[in-house]
Amino acid sequence: MNLPTQTRNARLVWIAVFALLVIAPFVGLYPIFMMKALCFAIFACAFNLLLGFTGLLSFGHAAFLGSAAYLTGWLVRSAGWSPELGIVAGVVLAAALGLVVGLIAIRRQGIYFAMITLAMAQMIYFVCLQMPFTGGEDGLQGVPRGKLFGLLPLDNDVAMYYLVLAVFVAVFLFILRIVHSPYGQVLKAIRENEPRAISLGYDVDRYKLLAFVLSTALAGLAGSLKTTVLGFATLTDVHWSLSGEVILMTLLGGLGTFAGPVVGAFTIIGLQNFLADRVGSWVTVIIGVIFVVCVIAFRRGFVGELIAWQQRRKA
Amino acid sequence: MTEIFGIPIQAFMGQLMLGLVNGSFYAMLSLGLAVIFGLLGIVNFAHGALYMIGAYVAWFILEQFGLNYWFALVIAPVVVGAMGVVIERTLLRHLYKLDPIYGLLLTFGLALIAEGVFREQFGVSGQSYPVPDVLQGATNLGFMVLPNYRAWVVFASLLICLATWVLIEKTRLGATLRAGTENPRLVQAFGINVPLMVMFTYAGGAALAAIAGVLAAPVIQVTPLMGSNLIIVVFAVVVIGGMGSILGSILTGLGLGLVEGLTKVFYPEASSIVVFVVMAIVLMIRPAGLFGKEK
Repeated sequence: MNLPTQTRNARLVWIAVFALLVIAPFVGLYPIFMMKALCFAIFACAFNLLLGFTGLLSFGHAAFLGSAAYLTGWLVRSAGWSPELGIVAGVVLAAALGLVVGLIAIRRQGIYFAMITLAMAQMIYFVCLQMPFTGGEDGLQGVPRGKLFGLLPLDNDVAMYYLVLAVFVAVFLFILRIVHSPYGQVLKAIRENEPRAISLGYDVDRYKLLAFVLSTALAGLAGSLKTTVLGFATLTDVHWSLSGEVILMTLLGGLGTFAGPVVGAFTIIGLQNFLADRVGSWVTVIIGVIFVVCVIAFRRGFVGELIAWQQRRKA
Repeated sequence: MTEIFGIPIQAFMGQLMLGLVNGSFYAMLSLGLAVIFGLLGIVNFAHGALYMIGAYVAWFILEQFGLNYWFALVIAPVVVGAMGVVIERTLLRHLYKLDPIYGLLLTFGLALIAEGVFREQFGVSGQSYPVPDVLQGATNLGFMVLPNYRAWVVFASLLICLATWVLIEKTRLGATLRAGTENPRLVQAFGINVPLMVMFTYAGGAALAAIAGVLAAPVIQVTPLMGSNLIIVVFAVVVIGGMGSILGSILTGLGLGLVEGLTKVFYPEASSIVVFVVMAIVLMIRPAGLFGKEK
């Protein structure tokens, strides 16, 4: 298995990365970029829980991120909710949508699952396009950050950053806990051999559905947090191309590894940031090329390759 | 004027006809998807992009060389089929032993590349393509005025779908193809060049998509995004119909086009999502799809 080996080296790397994330606002890392990347890291980790640890390819995860982003934005801006309640509402909506889509999609296995989630997500996209409160093509703009619990003003980028970081660490540890729990072991059994898991008496559909709802709820959390950070939610957040990007982040970083989606999210968001002013719409082409290269020659991703390399060295 | 459910019959029939036109595209594209999936085990996300490229080839050869619609109907599938050969030989063949999700992801990447390149070259605003002279105008059928070109699209795509059906179900070549779908190793043992057959199958599916693109060019705006908007609906069509049967794909495609047309008449707001709603309902009642077999 490609779990991170609990060697001293690995632990040192973890501590170093965490320390870097903590001091990031003071060493000149652009805070908005860091927050955006962390939000997408949460998104990719949530997606990896599904594809990496359960073996379910959802091609519609943007729909959950996007609808939570819209709901939080609307509640905070137009209904005057506090940011924490807005975020909770976003997560609840994403989980509820996840439950409905999940119930429909788990009726089929394998590649059909991907096609069904894509189609259902497209439906959610069209609904968002036509609903009056999403602002259609313009999106939902000017969402205030507000005060956390009525106390901590989030307008301050440093305060906002630490909130995002805290949520990210919590999600990361939560996923670590799930995967290492007995429940997580059953998920892995389903991924490796579904008929076998059924024959062992597991109610596979219920396990898959719970994994799907957990994953969509966390995707919603990422979306709500992103709206709070950036102050807007747009159609890009619900579009299928974002569903594709989160797949790429996870694949590029390393499918089924814990650090992989984080590495992938930072790479892709960094790349998009870097390329945006330089190459215009060639970004789509470059993302497409990375996709093709990843699938043909780099299926383990950065972290997966690193782990494989370490294991080869040990052997 | 006569009315049906309070809707003028002219408008009603017009929308139905438009639905049938869309349905023909669904049928042709889902047919190609099903044939490719049957033999290669790959869900070809690039199918929408190939359809888009087909339409652009038609537009391009008219602009550059003055070659008309009828030339396009031959040249576009040849060009796109050749692209299919290149894609299969250089990329897809590395994936046959892997989980099918990798095929979906790779072709998704290809679709992004195609879309990005065409957007860069031709911009996002559409190009319009003229209806060929012979098919201009409309015929008055008494109860409705039927635009000739739309009638031609439905007729031509039905013809192509039926030809594909005959080729696969009724000829010796098709029998080999079906055998290859069931058990490629056994077919290879009989001395048939399966890799070559696989290559031509992908090229054939691509050519089918290109023909659909040429047929579509005069009725819609030719834009780089026309493929990705369509392919997701076609996926839903494929899920509804089940990929097992060719006639099933054709019927499902046409049927859903009609359902979409009807929705446009009675509740236009829902017309973009009705196919997905139908998909959800079908999955609840018959998870394998209307014509699919439970595995």
